[in-house]
Amino acid sequence: MATANQMLGGVLAKRPVSATGVMSWITTIDHKRIGILYGVTAFIFFILGGVEALLMRLQLSSPEAGVVSAEVYSQMFTMHGTTMIFLVVMPMGAAFFNFMIPLMIGARDVAFPRLNAFSYWTFLFGAILLNVSFLTGGAPNVGWFGYSPLTNDTFAIGRGVDYWILGLQVLGISSLAAAFNFIVTIINMRAPGMSMMKLPVFVWMTLIVSFLLVLAFPVLTVAITLLLFDRLFGTAFFDTGAGANPLIWQHFFWAFGHPEVYILILPAMGIVSEVLPVFSKKPLFGYTVVVFSGVLIGLMGWGVWSHHMFTVGLGPVANSAFALITMFIAVPTGIKIFNWIGTMWGGSVKFTTAMLFAIGFIAMFIIGGLSGVMHAVAPSDTQQSDTYFVVAHLHYVLFGGSILGLFAGIYYWWPKITGRLLNELMGKAQFWLFFIGFNVTFFPMHFLGMDGMPRRVYTYSADQGWEFWNAFSTVGVFLIGISLILFIHNVIHTNRKGERAGNDPWNGRTLEWSIPSPPPEYNFAVIPTVKDRDAYWAEKYSEDPDGRPIPKVQGAAQAEEKPVKIHMPTPSYYPVLLAAGLTLIAGGLLSHISVSVIGGIVSLAAIYSWAFEPATAPESTPSDGAY
Amino acid sequence: MLRRRPLLPHWLLIAACLSLLLLLISCTPSHPQSTFDAAGPVSRSQLNLFWVIFWASLGVFVVVVGALLYSVVRFREKPGQAMPTQVHGNRKLEIAWTVAPALLLGAIAVMTVQTLFELEDPPSDNPLQVRVVAHQWWFEAIYPEYNVTTANEINVPVGRDVSFTLDSEDVIHSFWVPKLSGKMDVIPNVTNATWFRADEAGVFYGQCAEFCGVAHALMKFRVVAQPPEEFEQWLAAQQAPARTPTEGAALAGQTVFSAKGCIVCHTVTGPDTEALRASRNRGFLDGQPLTHGPNLTHFASRGSFAGSIMETDDENLAAWLRDPEQVKPGNRMSRLAAAFNDPALELSESDISALVAYLQSLE
Repeated sequence: MATANQMLGGVLAKRPVSATGVMSWITTIDHKRIGILYGVTAFIFFILGGVEALLMRLQLSSPEAGVVSAEVYSQMFTMHGTTMIFLVVMPMGAAFFNFMIPLMIGARDVAFPRLNAFSYWTFLFGAILLNVSFLTGGAPNVGWFGYSPLTNDTFAIGRGVDYWILGLQVLGISSLAAAFNFIVTIINMRAPGMSMMKLPVFVWMTLIVSFLLVLAFPVLTVAITLLLFDRLFGTAFFDTGAGANPLIWQHFFWAFGHPEVYILILPAMGIVSEVLPVFSKKPLFGYTVVVFSGVLIGLMGWGVWSHHMFTVGLGPVANSAFALITMFIAVPTGIKIFNWIGTMWGGSVKFTTAMLFAIGFIAMFIIGGLSGVMHAVAPSDTQQSDTYFVVAHLHYVLFGGSILGLFAGIYYWWPKITGRLLNELMGKAQFWLFFIGFNVTFFPMHFLGMDGMPRRVYTYSADQGWEFWNAFSTVGVFLIGISLILFIHNVIHTNRKGERAGNDPWNGRTLEWSIPSPPPEYNFAVIPTVKDRDAYWAEKYSEDPDGRPIPKVQGAAQAEEKPVKIHMPTPSYYPVLLAAGLTLIAGGLLSHISVSVIGGIVSLAAIYSWAFEPATAPESTPSDGAY
Repeated sequence: MLRRRPLLPHWLLIAACLSLLLLLISCTPSHPQSTFDAAGPVSRSQLNLFWVIFWASLGVFVVVVGALLYSVVRFREKPGQAMPTQVHGNRKLEIAWTVAPALLLGAIAVMTVQTLFELEDPPSDNPLQVRVVAHQWWFEAIYPEYNVTTANEINVPVGRDVSFTLDSEDVIHSFWVPKLSGKMDVIPNVTNATWFRADEAGVFYGQCAEFCGVAHALMKFRVVAQPPEEFEQWLAAQQAPARTPTEGAALAGQTVFSAKGCIVCHTVTGPDTEALRASRNRGFLDGQPLTHGPNLTHFASRGSFAGSIMETDDENLAAWLRDPEQVKPGNRMSRLAAAFNDPALELSESDISALVAYLQSLE
């Protein structure tokens, strides 16, 4: 049998063996390496999306400026939104899911390591496909929510919208595969004793996000498939010329789009719920409430989509219903904020860079949350809807919220990932530049919106009175830019000269801090048995009757010994091959159908070979942790 | 205990500055689309609601961010400090900070729903009816009771409710005059309705607020609110038969208008009949719907043109006719009109000055 499997497994190629070099990264199925690939790729797209934003801000810095044309401006805001959501915040979250979740739940890898590699490569190729549109005659220019009928082939005649559709299709496959993987991993791979109510909050939030993804993304998939049929094969789902009601698209899109907002913010909330307790030296206040408010946000997130449609004329009954649910989603969100403050209250707050980002997250998210409640007030929202007030609101949530939260995660987990600490002085300088730059850029947009400036305008006349705040806002972008350069410098600098982190530089509370930094390929030499919610903290401290921690005397047993024999899954060519095949299918629809056929053949071959490939190559020796 | 005190005045100061800034914006006269400067009952009740939620939010912000700052300052790490007590939660507190926001939101919810229903229909039984048709990238206004068709500028009487029906002939647009009312989207195959009333005379700026393609930023319009008697005069002038020039440059311009094909899309002989509108809507060409252009019968009575991005004067008209693509990128006239695409029909400088004279004679 073994030979038969080997034979079939080797239909296309021999099993990859390299543990170092480029090939090892392409064929890797180690969750930690895939996490790093996700993170680096997302950061590169963060810069790209930032450059798109910079061009927009330069164009708006003065009335009737000529930095970019109207057409290029439309492409910039479409690609900026699409990039930041699908190619930055989601994959940056995925980077942490990948690297951290197996470590936090005491597992050696995710449930489906090859599927995990497949998710990454599909994400990368989908992202590239989307951006190739810049080189082939125009990126999508219809806004990230692509309202019908502007996306119909009667109005959008270039290929841009097709790139957008097919790019999102490929990205959707990646997200779904990853989401299923994390659901199974979190439910099935927990260390003995780690019951659901002992899961770290970050893991809980990932679980909720994964369920949201599995349920929400198919809605978008269906909508863009219908649109693709309209554009390529002449169907009339959204063809207003044939009598279609374009509001159907909006319901489709926001039924995906609003849960998507929580997909973007919950991982950051999870990160902050890990960072605050560590640097306050106190457990998370109201763990159960924080977890269930996360679940509640995930559920309520399904009932609010039409608050994006208060001005489409749904009538006062529908508008009232969506206004009310939207307002009350602020209750579980508020509970989280109060509990975070409760965590710091009475603690011993240490201002590390990670902690500054986490505190900054809370403050900015409060502003974004409050302006969100303002938007929920449907009658007055008809004045703010589609203005710069919305642009301000969404950036306070997704930049001040998600991005600051993700940076907290970067500074917090960097030593675990790389084995070296980022420079704290540079980190704090980066935080303050980032924080101030962010507020300078986005706070004035509230004023601009109330002053009647619509979003998505590439120019405005001098008599509107919008000059000052637009110029002011553009200055902030440069502060953000400098802060990012400082971050990149910090990374390069500490990569060579950074202080060694050791296993547990922050006096951490969760399991990832119990193992070396960077972790060996097999993560845990011995799978831990969990007895407490803060599993690693409980190993280090007991509590006196007043609840004050008393350090335990560390036994001599903690020596790092190399395990004798741990079977780890072997690298594989097929995930990357299947990802390439699927992308070729999509790319062929944009150019020559023959390319799609080739892609189909590649995909089938890859699936077939993958199916017969054993998870661990029989000839492979136990891993020596050549990480 | 003493060093806690400065926190409160500090935050009051910031709150004061914030509201001062907002006030500053609302009071400066050169903000034609400011939502802080309501000129009618609809925008006023929307603004009142905004202020309620604004002050409530500011209160919440001060309390919560105050607590946040207090906790990080008061409980910051001090040298030699012992480990803090490991508090895991507090049920009473959890209940309190669930119930308190819910009550506050409940109060706001009641006001929201009330206002939603109040603003649904105009209070008057006899509002002025105006049908607005949105095009890429200009607004057309039709007064069905008076058989008047105009574009870019909508004249309304002060003090009377105006009821709008909104239709789009291409993509989704949004009808928005910030000082008079919030937005209502204009959606193809869906007829929406909205209303407002101007309580004072004046020119109110409006702008399309839903991204509708490349020239979205240049799709503006104006509402001209006039005292009732002036509005009646305006109506009478619009209903008057079209003027036909008899001599000079204007007459030459009329000839150019026909010879160079302007007349294919623009009506100059009174309001567009439904049959004429239908005959001009002939589908699409290269992403451009083939429909009629603005009715020019009384063009010179309007203060602005080309989607209200230019004041009506000789210089602007000439610039527009010389190179419309430069003035308003993507506009349909520069893409489709023979005068700008067929070299045989290209407009000469003398054509342009004749056309300007002709258009300016169409009062």
